[in-house]
Amino acid sequence: MSGQMTGARMVVQALRDQGVDTVFGYPGGAVLPIYDEIFQQNDIRHILVRHEQGAVHMAEGYARSTGKPGVVLVTSGPGATNAVTGLTDALLDSIPLVVLTGQVPTFMIGTDGFQEADTVGITRPCTKHNWLVKDTDKLAETIHQAFHVATQGRPGPVLIDIPKDVQFATGTYVAPKATRTGHYQPKVKGDIDLITELVEWMETAQRPILYTGGGLINSGPGASQLLRELADATGFPVTSTLMGLGAYPASGKNWIGMLGMHGLYEANLAMHGCDLMINLGARFDDRITGRIADFSPRSKKAHVDIDPSSINKVIHVDLGIVGDVGHVLEDLLKVWKSRGRKVNKEGLAKWWAQIDEWKAKKCLTYRNSDQVIKPQYALERLEALTKGRDRYITTEVGQHQMWAAQFLGFDAPNRWMTSGGLGTMGYGLPASIGVQVAHPDALVINVAGEASWLMNMQEMGTAVQFRAPVKQFILNNERLGMVRQWQQLLHGERYSHSWSESLPDFVKLAEAFGCKGAKVDSPKDLDDAIMAMIEYDGPFILDVLVEKHENCFPMIPSGKPHNEMLLGDASTEGAIQAGGAVLV
Amino acid sequence: MSALKIKKGSSSHSAYDLRDPNAEIIEAHTLAVMVDNEVGVLARVIGLFSGRGYNIDSLTVAEVDHKGHRSRITVVTRGTPAVIEQIKAQLGRLVPVHEVHDLTVEGPSVERELALFKVVGAGEKRIEALRLAEIFRANVVDSTLESFVFEITGTPEKIDAFAELMRPLGLSDVARTGVAALARGA
Repeated sequence: MSGQMTGARMVVQALRDQGVDTVFGYPGGAVLPIYDEIFQQNDIRHILVRHEQGAVHMAEGYARSTGKPGVVLVTSGPGATNAVTGLTDALLDSIPLVVLTGQVPTFMIGTDGFQEADTVGITRPCTKHNWLVKDTDKLAETIHQAFHVATQGRPGPVLIDIPKDVQFATGTYVAPKATRTGHYQPKVKGDIDLITELVEWMETAQRPILYTGGGLINSGPGASQLLRELADATGFPVTSTLMGLGAYPASGKNWIGMLGMHGLYEANLAMHGCDLMINLGARFDDRITGRIADFSPRSKKAHVDIDPSSINKVIHVDLGIVGDVGHVLEDLLKVWKSRGRKVNKEGLAKWWAQIDEWKAKKCLTYRNSDQVIKPQYALERLEALTKGRDRYITTEVGQHQMWAAQFLGFDAPNRWMTSGGLGTMGYGLPASIGVQVAHPDALVINVAGEASWLMNMQEMGTAVQFRAPVKQFILNNERLGMVRQWQQLLHGERYSHSWSESLPDFVKLAEAFGCKGAKVDSPKDLDDAIMAMIEYDGPFILDVLVEKHENCFPMIPSGKPHNEMLLGDASTEGAIQAGGAVLV
Repeated sequence: MSALKIKKGSSSHSAYDLRDPNAEIIEAHTLAVMVDNEVGVLARVIGLFSGRGYNIDSLTVAEVDHKGHRSRITVVTRGTPAVIEQIKAQLGRLVPVHEVHDLTVEGPSVERELALFKVVGAGEKRIEALRLAEIFRANVVDSTLESFVFEITGTPEKIDAFAELMRPLGLSDVARTGVAALARGA
């Protein structure tokens, strides 16, 4: 389709041509022409949020659970500034988003007009790229380019700022196929010589480990499939970052659990003790590495990443392969097979014996109680009662997030949506709605803490309005649990402002929003409460009153290497020293 | 990506590294960055440097291909070898950036800077200023009975040297363009 049309109609046409079925947004003065066009069509569904931050997190949930870019439409000024947290979140976790913002008319830009903000200026550091479109003739092409940039290479959020007069004016529509995508064509194929070198290392490695990350999820389900093939064929152990959970199944025989600050003992020690580390689409985040100087000191390190700037940013690697992890895995498997599928069997057997010894530590052991619900127990029961269903989990940020990552198992990619890089409290509820909108019949559960959940609780209105039967599983300890834990370990047990007073009655709150809620405070009633939540046909808030002072273990204290993990309360005395205290 | 080979042990750029940041050699590098001349491209480049804590010693920018709307940004920066590699990689992933060249390591290059110096004075000092300007091949582009404006082109070091000489002779204002640089040879 081409021809003359208004800028506002062009927006809708371009979204339609890009295959967009859902837009999360909130109207306002500077986007009224676009909303007028949305009103006059039925191809694209608009989800009216309650706050623009919610719209962006919903789009993130939609994008992470489908692999398609999420689309957001908000107005100028406060509409745009409210979207900034979500944009930054998506940038740090490499989530493809296309955010459209209204802007005051071009002739008013720079006059401090009503609801004017320098949106492209404000969002420049928190988008992969952004555009201010001043000419209707360039609008369609810009939108198509935006989808290209958001989804190609390392995915990320992009923003298009559209002044109101550009929406009203008439111009020529350009279809996606006729659009010049410019020179932005990131390399997806890895250098075959480097891949062959890596295969040579794999053939002799005695203690190899596959360190996987969100890049595998972003690369698409094919990459996860290839990872499974590689791990199962070589027998190499697999660990994953928070972002990569599900790429290799938690039920797989080579799975040794998540690594990092609250990762599993066996995963962290295997990272520390390996002789060949193969990083597939992860980025050596500081939650993973601990003290840089002592990070996996005796290993050769290979890093596969689509973003050249990720390689050697934090950890110097011996082999950096720039390319899409799916493409690289495909070539890697081909080369490895063609050279005779060699591995160091003897070394691997010893390595697994060592890993099994570490596993025997059972680092997730906690002291259960028949009086109060332990948060770990709540998640164990949630896991047991939802296993076998195609289940989508989102989380907020804090202790509950780490417990969810430890105690829930993911057997497929795109089933786990959590704010990793930015650590955005208030992410989970809107993200769960975005997931549910994309998968109307799926079971979508937001594992939350009460404090995070309150940050975007207004979105329950969105869930009710659009009949998104999201389950809010709130582990309520009436504390900012992770803050409290750090204050206990680091600040002499001075619990400065880390408790939640004047909490709402979550059951009444659910009723006030027009959905259902329940409270449970006894371990013996927990299963029934979880089943009632799952079986209810609509949004549900389950207020799980849990132990207030539980700490999240294992834990690598900040400034410490992987082999100095804390396994429980007994080992915390003086664990974090002055050098580590300045770190977050 | 051939530019990713850096010497071993040079990856100290991290929030978790509490070593003395002066423990490694700081090098100055001249980078040539070819970009689309679109709105905000300079802000994007400068924002990258400030946002990630890199240094800018000098920066020049102008459109060099009017037809293709292509600009050349020449930036002189300093950092450890690891930081320099990271700066290049970060620049390279900006969407409007086409090419990043490290002129300091990619072979011989020429660097030139243009500067204007206003020198105010009378008598002996005025004559001495004019004499030194001739030695440095600086042109007089404005003259009154009490002042000269000299135009000088050269390496930044030459311009620094000229500034040092002019200071006691009545130097009042300096305007410098920053470095423009090209690789030598075909």
